[in-house]
Amino acid sequence: MFGLQNPTKFLKFAKLTGPWFALASALLIGSGLWFGLFSSPADYQQGETVRIMYVHVPSAWMGMFAYSVMAVASAIALVWKHPVADHIAKGSAPLGAGFTLICLVTGAMWGKPMWGTWWVWDARLTSMLILFFLYLGYMALAGAFDNAERGAKAAAILAVVGWVNVPIIKFSVDWWNTLHQPASVTKAGMPSVDPSMLLPLLLMGVGFTTFYATLLLWRVRSEILQTRIRNIRLAQIHGEG
Amino acid sequence: MIQYWELLKRELRLALRQGSDSMMVVGFFVLAVILFPFGIGPEPGVLARVAPGLVWVNALLAAMLSLDRLYQGDYEDGSLELLILTPAPLEVLVAAKVTAHWLTTGLPLMAAAPLLAIFLNLSAYDLGVLLLTLAVGTPTLSLIGSVGAALVLGARRGGVLISLLVLPLFIPVLIFAVGAVDAAQHAFPWTGQLAILGAILLGAVPLGLYASAAALRQAAE
Amino acid sequence: MSQFAAETLTCVRGGRAVFARLSFALESGQALFLLGPNGSGKSSLLRLLAGLLRPCAGKLIWDGQPVQEDPEAHGARLHYVGHHDAVKPVLTVSETLHFWARLHGGDSENRVLQAMERFAITRLADVPGRLLSAGQKRRVNLARLIAAPAPLWLLDEPSVALDKASVKALEDAMAQHRAEGGMVIVSTHADIDLPDAAILRLDDFAAPSQEAA
Repeated sequence: MFGLQNPTKFLKFAKLTGPWFALASALLIGSGLWFGLFSSPADYQQGETVRIMYVHVPSAWMGMFAYSVMAVASAIALVWKHPVADHIAKGSAPLGAGFTLICLVTGAMWGKPMWGTWWVWDARLTSMLILFFLYLGYMALAGAFDNAERGAKAAAILAVVGWVNVPIIKFSVDWWNTLHQPASVTKAGMPSVDPSMLLPLLLMGVGFTTFYATLLLWRVRSEILQTRIRNIRLAQIHGEG
Repeated sequence: MIQYWELLKRELRLALRQGSDSMMVVGFFVLAVILFPFGIGPEPGVLARVAPGLVWVNALLAAMLSLDRLYQGDYEDGSLELLILTPAPLEVLVAAKVTAHWLTTGLPLMAAAPLLAIFLNLSAYDLGVLLLTLAVGTPTLSLIGSVGAALVLGARRGGVLISLLVLPLFIPVLIFAVGAVDAAQHAFPWTGQLAILGAILLGAVPLGLYASAAALRQAAE
Repeated sequence: MSQFAAETLTCVRGGRAVFARLSFALESGQALFLLGPNGSGKSSLLRLLAGLLRPCAGKLIWDGQPVQEDPEAHGARLHYVGHHDAVKPVLTVSETLHFWARLHGGDSENRVLQAMERFAITRLADVPGRLLSAGQKRRVNLARLIAAPAPLWLLDEPSVALDKASVKALEDAMAQHRAEGGMVIVSTHADIDLPDAAILRLDDFAAPSQEAA
């Protein structure tokens, strides 16, 4: 795609576009926060706590989106062996795990005033918790090998297997949840979204995406450079030998 | 496929002669379940209520115990390379390995379940449903577990790592298996849950075989 | 009459090009010696020829057909002897040989007996692997070569742990294999006598230090 599987071209691309993504995310998240915190109404049921949604929901989106990026990049790396795809998958994982963690923490902060408890086994939150563990497994596996190539390949296979499983996990958790849901919690899912809430939500969503892109470009760049340094070192070792 | 039967025979022979693995798995399974009455009290109603979940969670953990040896021995002594070079699809050989794993862990777990049913005050009918879920569910555990076992070959701390990789993927099996027995306990229909377990197994066969074979190939590189 | 050829193989391991643009061709009855210092890629080349490793560039050709199109057929026509002997502690020598022979698609009692005789392990037939010495294990591994026929032998330092008599047995086996139209590719540090073998020096194909990412 646009020759970006070539590390050198990717570095140029990242250098060129990185600042723009950073600027866009600052503007989008800034305005999203302003609309979300000051210029939108409080929910008639939940009051001011509804504003947690502007962070909680986009981070849930990004948690899932980053996993898909990771899985697709892994599949590309497995089939076509593009080194940049490996770096993208590896770089995406901690970002996605971070977003998922933010989603879980904000979910707990939201749950305390809403349900009176930090954690309920709500279907969405439970799925996000499992997703978080899928990320942890991926990162643990990628880092468990002395040979970085091996780790990347093993983790890529795991990402694809995990991705196939995510819908099944989601389906089973939803089914399980309807089975066990106590009556008091049923209504307290997402509040019906007022149009004035939609604007900040969308701004934050797009802002989180560009923020993710900024960080991903930056991480992939440093991965490429690290690989180069390693190769130069190797060449030196073998040159002397 | 002659290779399938030959490898299966060899695996069973190895398990038989090296002994104790299956016994240890069953021992762990029974012992871990027996711990719970000490933890939550021996009230028969409570035990029967949590029995399906207890048995299944411990079956998951027990099935995982023996996973890290599934390919490790062959990886270390060079057998894995020769297996890959065998003139048969690697998926077929993985299928033999998975079958052997199920015969030496899944099946013994099922054999131990009636004993646990007595300890946990489970009725004969519920035990029947529990056995059905174990019969359909534990092969999935062996298939998914095989992927995990193949992925961690050559990794540091492989044994602990497998649980982190594999346990989240076991959750759907756990949910529907326990759901079926729960439903049976409350005299609700449970065949739907069992059918979903069967569907998961059917999906896990190609996924488990292909992914394990891919993982083994990259491990041998 | 078969032909096995490698065309402009390049092998990259751990971000380093081990060798580049390596080519050779081998015909029935011929043998090839792989020579080179540590790290020059002898083992990598043998694993690559077996199909365990994928070449970064170049290809393998058997009788005009690219090997990658049918890896199983390639597996059927080769024996690979690596650094490990694939001997299980609880299986006897004869069980081990029968197992690998059947897995390779051919098992006749006759050939297994012949193989054990060739490498002087007949009296060990019922001894479990855990009681074998390193040299005996290596001989069991080598006996696989005879137990199931395959035209291409890929041997990675086969003489390690072998005594003089066993090396001689291996040399005889290779000579007979070649007389029957087989091919042998061997890497070695020690002296193995292989008459009229072609020699491939891997340092000739060492890649100049270059970026391989």
